This record gives sequence, C-alpha cells and structure tokens, in this order.
Amino acid sequence: MVKNMNLKKLIAVILFAPSLVFAAGDHIKLDKAPIDLKDEASLQRGARHFVNYCLNCHNASFMRFNRLRDIGLTDQQIIDNLVFTGVKVGDLMKVAMDPKDSKAWFGAAPPELSLIARSRASEAGSGADWLYSYLRSFYRDAERPTGWNNTVFPNVGMPHVLWELQGEQVMAERKVQGPGFEKTEHVLKLDKPGKMSPVEYDQMVADLVNYLVFMAEPARSSRTTIGIFVLFALSLLFILAYALKKEYWKDVH
Amino acid sequence: MASAPKEPVQFSGAGPLNAPISGVLTWVDQRFPLMSLWRDHLSQYYAPKNFNFWYFFGSLAMLVLVIQIVTGIFLVMHYKPSAAEAFASVEYIMRDVPAGWFIRYMHSTGASAFFIVIYLHMFRGLMYGSYRQPRELIWIFGMLIYLCLMAEAFFGYLLPWGQMSFWGAQVIINLFDALPLIGPDLSTWIRGDFVISDATLNRFFAFHVIAIPLVLLGLVAAHIMALHEVGSNNPDGVEIKQHKDAKGIPLDGIPFHPYYTVKDIVGVVVFLFLFFGVVFFMPEMGGYFLEFNNFIPADALKTPPHIAPVWYFTPYYSILRAITEDFMLVLAIGVAAYSLLIWLTARNQLVKMAALAIGFVVIVLMKGGPLAIEAKVWGVAMMGAATLIFFLLPWLDRSPVKSIRYKGPRFKAALTIFVIVFLVLGYYGTQTVTPAGTVISQIGTLIYFSFFLLMPWYSAMDKTKPVPDRVTM
Repeated sequence: MVKNMNLKKLIAVILFAPSLVFAAGDHIKLDKAPIDLKDEASLQRGARHFVNYCLNCHNASFMRFNRLRDIGLTDQQIIDNLVFTGVKVGDLMKVAMDPKDSKAWFGAAPPELSLIARSRASEAGSGADWLYSYLRSFYRDAERPTGWNNTVFPNVGMPHVLWELQGEQVMAERKVQGPGFEKTEHVLKLDKPGKMSPVEYDQMVADLVNYLVFMAEPARSSRTTIGIFVLFALSLLFILAYALKKEYWKDVH
Repeated sequence: MASAPKEPVQFSGAGPLNAPISGVLTWVDQRFPLMSLWRDHLSQYYAPKNFNFWYFFGSLAMLVLVIQIVTGIFLVMHYKPSAAEAFASVEYIMRDVPAGWFIRYMHSTGASAFFIVIYLHMFRGLMYGSYRQPRELIWIFGMLIYLCLMAEAFFGYLLPWGQMSFWGAQVIINLFDALPLIGPDLSTWIRGDFVISDATLNRFFAFHVIAIPLVLLGLVAAHIMALHEVGSNNPDGVEIKQHKDAKGIPLDGIPFHPYYTVKDIVGVVVFLFLFFGVVFFMPEMGGYFLEFNNFIPADALKTPPHIAPVWYFTPYYSILRAITEDFMLVLAIGVAAYSLLIWLTARNQLVKMAALAIGFVVIVLMKGGPLAIEAKVWGVAMMGAATLIFFLLPWLDRSPVKSIRYKGPRFKAALTIFVIVFLVLGYYGTQTVTPAGTVISQIGTLIYFSFFLLMPWYSAMDKTKPVPDRVTM
C-alpha cells in the first residue's frame, strides 16, 4: 500500500509539473485583434492601407493582386485603386526595393508579409493579435537609429511608418500600488496626437490586420464554408453506416 | 438490350447480373487467384467476434496510408524540390492550384493522423498482448513500419523548406555528427553537402516520395500476410482457432467480410469526421500539426530561438535532451543495479557472467574518466534505444496471460505509468529547456526504460486471473 501511495504521488507530480513550468514562462501580453474575415469593407480598407503603407518596403510575393477579387473587388477596381507600379493584375505583389539597400538602411531586409499573420502566431496569441499589438506599440526612443522603438518587438529595425496617423507615443512611468508596496510600471502614453484619434487608429490597424490575415490564407473562408458541408455529409453517412452495421451484426452473439 | 436472349439464361447466383460477372470471374480465376485471395483475406478470413473500439486503428492506418499516397501524388505534380523554389511552390499549391490547399492540408494533417492512429494501434497491442507468441513477427513487421513512418515523416518535413523544416533537419542530422570517429563524415554524407542545402532537399525528396513508401508498402503487405497466417488476437487474448466447428471454422470467428468491413466503415466515417474537422477548421492545430515558424522560408543565417520537432517525435526528443553530463552518474548507477538484478535472478551461469561483464563495460563507457563517451553521444544512443526497445516486447513479457483483462495489478500500473510518461515526455519535447523540465524528462527517461527492462520480472510476478476458454462479448 505504501508503494502504491508513492506511485500516486509521483504520477501527480508528473502531471501537475507542466502547469508550474508554464506559469513561469514569460510572455508579452498581446491585445486581442478585433478582426472579422466576413467584413468585406474592412478587408478592402485593409488592402488599401496595405498597398499604401506596407507595400513600399515589404514584399507579398506569394500574393497576386487579382486574388483581391475574393474580398469583393473587380479587376478594374484593383488596377485603378491598388496597383501603383503598372504591373499586371495577375502579378505578384513585389516591391522594387533592393534587399541590399534595405539591409543597409534598416539593418535587416524587411520581412516578406504574405504569411506574416501565420508565422507570428505563438503561445501568446494568434498572429493577428501579435500584429495588432505590434502596430500600436511604437514609441519614441532617442537611442535607436530610427528614433523609434517597440514594446512588442524590442529594438525593431522598422521605424513607425504610421506615426502621422497615430501620433507619437512615449514610454512613461506610472506608480501603481503593488501588494503592500509601490512599484513602477512602464506604460505607453500618447505624447503628440496624430491625424487620427486613438479609436480611429485602432480601427485602422484592425482593418489592416484583418487584411493581413486574409492574405496569409486566401482560401480560409471557403475552407470553413466547405468544411461545414463535409461534416454534415459525414454525419448523414454515419447514420447509414451505423444502421448497416446494426443490420449485419444482428446475428452475431 | 434491344434483342432479348432467346434462351433463358442459367442463373448461378442470386441476381441476373451474376451470370456475366461469374463468367468473367471464372476467366480471371483460371489465370490469377482472385477468388482465393478474396476468400483467404476477406470473406473467409475468420476474425474473433469480440473486437472492440481499439480494433478500428489497423484499418484506419491503411486508410491514412492511402490518403497520404493519393494526396502525395497530387502534391508532387506541383511541388518543386529545389531550395530556391520549394517554399514558393508550396505557397503556389496553397493559393493558385485549384483545391491545392485542400490536398496540402489533407497531407499535413494525414502525417499527424498517421502517428495518432499508429500510437493507438500500438497501445492496443500492448494492452491485449498482440505481440505475444505466435504473433512476434507481426509485431516486428509493425515496428519496422513504425520506423519507416518516422523516416518518412522526417524526410517529408524538410520539403516545405520553412524555418522549422530546415532547423529541425539540422538538429537531427547533427545527431549523427556526435557519433565517435565516423560522425562528421557520416553527417556530411547524409546531407550531400557541408550544410543543409539543395542537395539535401533533393535526396530527402527522393527518399520521401519513392524509397521509403516502397519499403513501407512491402512491410504493410508482410504485416497483413503474417496476421492472416496466424489469425487475429482479441481483447481476451484467447486463441479462437482452438475451438472449431465440424467445417474447421473457429466457433468464435466471424468472416471479416461482411462483418468487419461494415463495422470498419463506421470507424472510417467517425475518423473522417475528426480528420476533416482538423483539415477544414484547424489545419495548424495550434502550431502542433503545422508549426508557425514553418511559414517563414528557410534561412541558414537565422537560427529560431526555439527549435522543436513535430509532436510525434517529441517523446524521443525529450529523452535525447534528458541525457546531460550530470545525469550520467544516475544512468551508470541504473546500469549497475540492472546488471546486479540479472546476476541475482538469472539461473544460467553464462547469462550471469555476461550481465556483469556488459554492465561493467557500459559503466566504464559512461563514467570511466578518460574512457567515457560524452553525454551527447549517449543521448543519441538512448533516443535510438527508446524506439528500438519496442522490438523486444514479445520476449520481455513473461506473463502467463496475454490480455490486460487477465493480467495483475503490476502490469496494469506499469502500462498506465508508461502511457503517462510517454505523454509527459512528449509535452516537454515541445517546450524550451528549463531546469524543472530537464529533471522531469530525466525521471521520465528512467521510467520509460524501466517499463521495458523490468518487464521480465514484474510481468512474471504478477497475480493473473484465470483466462476463459472462449471469448467474451
């Protein structure tokens, strides 16, 4: 019996240990991205922001312009509003910037964005959450070559491209009452307002992230739609298969 | 059917269609043993009537194999095995090939599904003693299939040429680098280059799409032929061939077709429901089936902060990481205790002496100062041993009964702990190294090997229950 008790304790320790280690892990807190892939207007706004602000330095070299038909645009609308470089509507979203130049300017070549919403996912949150938090977490930092830093991606090479819209944030210190003592917290504070109010800016980033999620997997909405039909068909097939099995197995005892 | 036959056709079967069909069958049968194959393996293969839930996974493994082969063929039509084009060609499949995403997700989900099904299939074998005499060869063929599957998964994982593909392969190939004397040359030979490159991708592609599948199919055939030769085990571990009727048909047997074909269809539908649930709604499975880092193209200059193999390799990966320099003393003490145990309990003098001699050599190689081999190499050896030790099961299990239903508390406890440890090791294999994680992996490694190595003693000591004469439903 004593042996048995020890065994049970050992099992308990082994089973509960993962949660302890997990709790010790240090993750950045990410904000939940308010995205909706069914909202075509949001996706279209996001596509416009993407070609205006991102597609100057970043490639999306697995994405074709005419795939934007999936979010309710016609080829003509795409050419008129979203293609600035005179490429064909069936071409991939590539930029002219030489990676060597960009490496010299920013310290690293700007990453490819076609799949960024998938590759940025982690235990801390989805790729969308990461992007939504990242694009709202730039702050002024005189020690960085670009003059900008980021709380989600510390010492990032990218300057705050959207600063005119968001304004300038600074890292502020705030005294908060801890458990029995006062502690200092670092928080971002809007120092100089931009063209957009904080609410408008958050909405704009949400649209952009929504688009990035769409671009990472354009087939995603049709995937889930087809999936519902497939699972429904399999449910019907299950009834038939089960009835057939029952019928055949009547005589097995 | 404008002109009806003038003479009435002689019907040999139940319906009018059978006449022309049986004519064709006769023609074929005179040239190829079609009907006898059908009879031997389906309509007159008598399987025990008491198969339960755990017996679905053999046919499901066949189903997943077919899914992988068919989707694989379609992927190869569009995939480009070149370091410059591989990643983009996968995205081309995901975006531009009609239903390409569906084919690719089936293949990536199928890889994980294969391991889930095989692990459950193996667990069934462990529970009901399906590896015991006279089914040792079925078990060995099955284990060879499992090894092939691991090779297949390893080679296939490099092909998308993402960061995890690249760095995962880097970690595994570097294991060979650790081997004494031949290590560096061997790993260069495997890569075909000094680094993982286009040459490596091309040869992995060759292994993934033709070499390993060919061996795999041969082994599956051997596995089933051996099974149909001796007959299936069952949850009671009773040999149904010991009780036959006048015609020589086992009293507790039912023909595989139609009974188990219709039953397996139910299993197939439930499996496909879960399978397509993943394919359509969560193909990444939270980063376990498709790792997030693998959506970044391979970059030899950027090492990811955390390299983890796909989940089905992680129990072994944990064992590899558990073997640290300061753990070698514990291992050496374990080896000493084990040789002593054999020396104390073995009856054969030769076995006694061999146990002490081998134990001594192993301890010297583990902890013998200048003669000791470094812990890294032992990690590779232990990882290899952890997969290969399953082969010995038929000879390690000394219980007088096969099925867990009639085995005693010792075996039941051992199997339960083994399954928990396997899962815990698997979990820690996905995580970054922490001191607590390492200690738990080390304890897990000891328990993992104890399950197998102590089995001859605890399975023989167990209080078993009487086994019934016939199967129970």
